[in-house]
Amino acid sequence: MAGLSTRHLLGIKDLNAADIQLIFETADTFKSVLNRPIKKVPSLRDVTIANIFFENSTRTRLSFELAERRLSADVVNFAASSSSVSKGETLIDTVNNILAMKVDLVVMRHPYAGAGVFLSKHVKAQIVNAGDGAHEHPTQALLDAFSIREKYGDVAGKKVVIVGDILHSRVALSNILCLKQLGAEVMVCGPTTLIPKYIGSLGVKVEHNLIKALNWCDVANMLRIQLERQDIKYFPSLREYTMLYGLNKQILDGLDKKITVMHPGPINRGVEITSDVADSKQSIILDQVENGVAIRMAVLYLLAGQAS
Amino acid sequence: MQNLTLLDGQKFQITIQRLCRQLIENHNDFSDSVIIGIQPRGIYLAKRIAEELRKILPGKTILQGDLDITFYRDDFRRRGEQLVPNQTKIDFITEGKKVIMMDDVLWTGRTIRAAMDALQAFGRPEKVELLVLVDRRYSRHLPVAADYTGIEVDSIASQKVVVSWKEADSEDRIVLVNE
Repeated sequence: MAGLSTRHLLGIKDLNAADIQLIFETADTFKSVLNRPIKKVPSLRDVTIANIFFENSTRTRLSFELAERRLSADVVNFAASSSSVSKGETLIDTVNNILAMKVDLVVMRHPYAGAGVFLSKHVKAQIVNAGDGAHEHPTQALLDAFSIREKYGDVAGKKVVIVGDILHSRVALSNILCLKQLGAEVMVCGPTTLIPKYIGSLGVKVEHNLIKALNWCDVANMLRIQLERQDIKYFPSLREYTMLYGLNKQILDGLDKKITVMHPGPINRGVEITSDVADSKQSIILDQVENGVAIRMAVLYLLAGQAS
Repeated sequence: MQNLTLLDGQKFQITIQRLCRQLIENHNDFSDSVIIGIQPRGIYLAKRIAEELRKILPGKTILQGDLDITFYRDDFRRRGEQLVPNQTKIDFITEGKKVIMMDDVLWTGRTIRAAMDALQAFGRPEKVELLVLVDRRYSRHLPVAADYTGIEVDSIASQKVVVSWKEADSEDRIVLVNE
């Protein structure tokens, strides 16, 4: 049977529809493994994986590490804040030093867009992008689409609106590419300053009115305002943003239909989404986290299985 | 060389019947025993045996599940091709039960080794037995033997034993294929 068409997972851009289907089908079997009394399989017992995080992360790093351990891989963790990077070492040197310790696969998060692509051209190991700047976050998009598929049976034909800081969001770009590849309709919604000028060329709709956007969609993916990536002020105040683009129970209950609410985390409760919405029955936020482990197991299994 | 049919038609049916009777000798009414078919091809044998047992033992519950062994194989990363998993479907508890694993052909024994590992993830069975429709003798890579055997075949490595099933391939037949 055919495997993935790519040796690295650098972005959704490199995946075709068959790749995504294969990842989903493999994730289905891993999800059933995760519900067994013993949640571990020995597939990657001779594989060593380095998780290299040049940027803070809780969910993604834990999710990757758990996925790796469930597959019986050996895992080494590296956080830039406590490493020689702060002594002036370059990215290639850092990674080559780690690879000299016989690492087969690198999971990397980096604040610069394209860091994964750059690395894949200079080192032998297979690279999985766990987020590169405001560029891509492929496993997040895969688990989001997988969660929509789980909820509705299929992604094709579904209407998904991504609300918030589209400009600084790698989740937004990867989600748009993944959902379009699977045949969903995608809309982005947010203040003009946070929507990239040429986003329309990706084939998505743009809407600046939250209520209109929500009335159009089946699924709303609420993004966090990435204050750490904003070098200038894009809107007058967080309070004003919340008034115009925050999702609360009143808005949710006032819609024509019951939509599904998603959030990639971390949530800023009371800013883009209120607690009663995040914890409501329409929210699948924790399902997303659960599916994240299965999706990452599938990606690592399929990539590692190529080497022979 | 031509392909050789080893078993088909009525004789195939008699062999299945004999295996069922042998199972009943050891497992009585199956109240403490469960049947596990190994994916992908062992599930047809397991389903057929379970179906026949239900006819022979009317009113008794015969539990039967499918076990996928892909993640437990020892040739991951050692083959050119991707190993893609099949579904595992075990809707009952195997802990403390007598488990009869079933596969169509026993050859090197590596699949059975992986299946024994995979089975452990569902708990500790009281006992594990192996039933195969075809035992290719003198070809084992591991010390594995079946408790119940349909037919025994002496074959060489370049030959293949192919089992067809009515449910999947329109007829019941065991063929020795020369390549």
